[in-house]
Amino acid sequence: MMEYREILEIPPYSMDKKEKELYLTTYLSDLTKYHYVNCREYQKILDAVGFDVEEIDTYRNIPFLPVRLFKEYDLKSISEEEIRKTMTSSGTSGQKVSRIYLDKETAANQTKTLTKIVSSYIGKQRLPMIILDTSALLKDRAAFSARGAGILGFSIFARDKLYALNEAMELDIEGIKQFLEEHKGEKIFLFGFTFMIWQYFYQELIRTGFRPDLSNGILIHGGGWKKLLSEAVSPEQFKEELKSVCGIKQVYDYYGMVEQTGTIYMECECGYLHTSVFSDVIIRRASDFSIAEEGEEGLIEVVSVLPKSYPGHVLLTEDCGVIFGEDTCSCGRKGKYFKVKGRIKNAEIRGCSDTYAAKFS
Amino acid sequence: MQLNSHDIKIVYSGMENLERMKRLPVRKVFDEEVCCFLHELSSAIRMDKECRDYPDLITFGFFCRKANIERLKNEYAEEYRIGRGFSFHIAPSNVPINFAYTLAAGLLAGNICVVRASTKDFKQTEIICRLIKQIADRQAFSTGKYIAIIQYKHKKEITDFFSALSDIRVIWGGDSTVEEIQKSKIPPRCMEVVFADRYSACVMDAKQILKMKNWKEIAQNFYNDTYLYDQNACSSPHLLYWLGTKEEIEQAKRLFWDAIDEQIKSKYRIEPVIAVDKLTMAYRAAIEKSDVRIQTEYANLIYRIELTELDADSLNFSCPGGSYLEYSSEEISGLKVIATKKFQTLSYLGSNPKDLADWVIEEGILGVDRIVPMGKTADFSLLWDGYDLIKEMSRKIVVQ
Repeated sequence: MMEYREILEIPPYSMDKKEKELYLTTYLSDLTKYHYVNCREYQKILDAVGFDVEEIDTYRNIPFLPVRLFKEYDLKSISEEEIRKTMTSSGTSGQKVSRIYLDKETAANQTKTLTKIVSSYIGKQRLPMIILDTSALLKDRAAFSARGAGILGFSIFARDKLYALNEAMELDIEGIKQFLEEHKGEKIFLFGFTFMIWQYFYQELIRTGFRPDLSNGILIHGGGWKKLLSEAVSPEQFKEELKSVCGIKQVYDYYGMVEQTGTIYMECECGYLHTSVFSDVIIRRASDFSIAEEGEEGLIEVVSVLPKSYPGHVLLTEDCGVIFGEDTCSCGRKGKYFKVKGRIKNAEIRGCSDTYAAKFS
Repeated sequence: MQLNSHDIKIVYSGMENLERMKRLPVRKVFDEEVCCFLHELSSAIRMDKECRDYPDLITFGFFCRKANIERLKNEYAEEYRIGRGFSFHIAPSNVPINFAYTLAAGLLAGNICVVRASTKDFKQTEIICRLIKQIADRQAFSTGKYIAIIQYKHKKEITDFFSALSDIRVIWGGDSTVEEIQKSKIPPRCMEVVFADRYSACVMDAKQILKMKNWKEIAQNFYNDTYLYDQNACSSPHLLYWLGTKEEIEQAKRLFWDAIDEQIKSKYRIEPVIAVDKLTMAYRAAIEKSDVRIQTEYANLIYRIELTELDADSLNFSCPGGSYLEYSSEEISGLKVIATKKFQTLSYLGSNPKDLADWVIEEGILGVDRIVPMGKTADFSLLWDGYDLIKEMSRKIVVQ
């Protein structure tokens, strides 16, 4: 089996279609066999559908688990003693949450993978970081939600950090002024969840007239568009409006989920999400789960080489999306480029900032 | 109390003031005028162009036809049986035509009927109400005054209001609806008919099935039992219990599912959320039960979960939209473990219904209220879920 550290050596957006197909099939075959042997539930599922782990022609044929299954069962390929960290998806009260079990190895690989992907956007240097969220989020470690995990995960890129919101969710204008003064002339890294940024940062800047100079800033945000789309805010508008209130020019959305933490799909300068060498997406038709054509909307299957402590390497999400092409995006990055069209109707509300939004709407 | 009329949509009402309906005199069961009214409705449905697109409307029209009502009337040929008064019906949200049946039963039993129809925009609701109005507007009928069809989003104050007026309350829609509605009080003498969560299964006699040739008809019948209502009706089978030898069953299954696949391919469109639900449920069965086989050769329309053991909670592993548990045996006796109080309709293909009924009686089984052929599970009857709706909704006067 190829070692994960070898994959980490590959620049994240460098591998072309042909090479990637072969590598993913080889690597994911081994990973599938590993989970088959080590996770009883996974084994029972593969047996039930009559899937032979010794005969994997292409990674596309590996059965995908619906993400909802992680809410119903403790799916893991490690023993209780090996668990180092349990991650949960955010969920409103009464909603079941996903539980993802990590051992030392998978947890470390998540961090390394995220670093590889993100540093290809913001550079290898650690930067002064403004978190567009509240510090209160990390206080209660027991309730370690996806939002908290995201913030903590991205904090590894920080040299010095500031939470833009106080515990009462109010914009800390004085704190931001001071922070920007201290780091005058430096590149600033900003991170947050799409809806939170809009509601508690952008709207507050509009209301108060405060105009921080973030023209040196680079913002990465995620968590989904559901709430903003319902307020008729498009991704393009989001970028434009932010630019107009704080001068920020580099704004990147990302798509990711707690079930595959680490292998996020970053947005490029052309507005498309990209698979990296660590991941793939396949769009499937609801009628028979066959693979959709480029340009055809369908259910998003996410593939990641990362999950080893739990069988989350091939998952069927409850999101719909469209692939626009592979290796041919004008941003120059290799890999598939796609867009997420939203959650399937009637599914439970998932995601990070959306959950917060749901509570307050 | 006062109701905020903005919260209620009155789709049809024969009287302007719903409270005043309560003062109308009750009528005897199968009252002449009510029978005539239903007969008129039956004709109107048959003549109406719009109805042709809705097989469930046609079936309802067929139920209301004169010959059928006359036949049913004979079963209640008691001189002194009369309505109880104001009946309040909560129809289920997932079966469009049900509101019309509960209304017909309430009228035939001699009552004033307020029916809460599903708030979903079913065309069937609109059509029936249009036809009722058309008939009621002819002066000859006073039956229209006894009818109100309303829609409202579940709101306790509204349910409180109608419940307080009720002499009979009929709740369709399953456990959670029953629990929700029962939070609203009814007067002490009010009768209540509740339809709780039930499940249903179909017995498949492989030997007989192998002799069958009318596959188009069989497939249509199965479609009517299942996909027509997204397999959401409580009478819709979620388990197919195959009877026969291993070889017979294998062949019969192929014949049967091939025919079903052929039938539904062009007819049924699956929503993404249902596709994911079915996959999730099949995998849950795989995890929790032993030696499960998931058969997906008919793509996502037909999800077959073959079980090697049957137990009391097996039926928890199916979901609406074309997901079927299958179990094979040479004996009917294996069905007993799931024949609990929640077991409603036992349908069959190829079996002799009398044998099945004998089995239910001999074994002293708590469930099974109906034994009907495949294709008839959704057919409405005045005997439903173990209730005789006419008797439940009327009273008999002792005269000595």
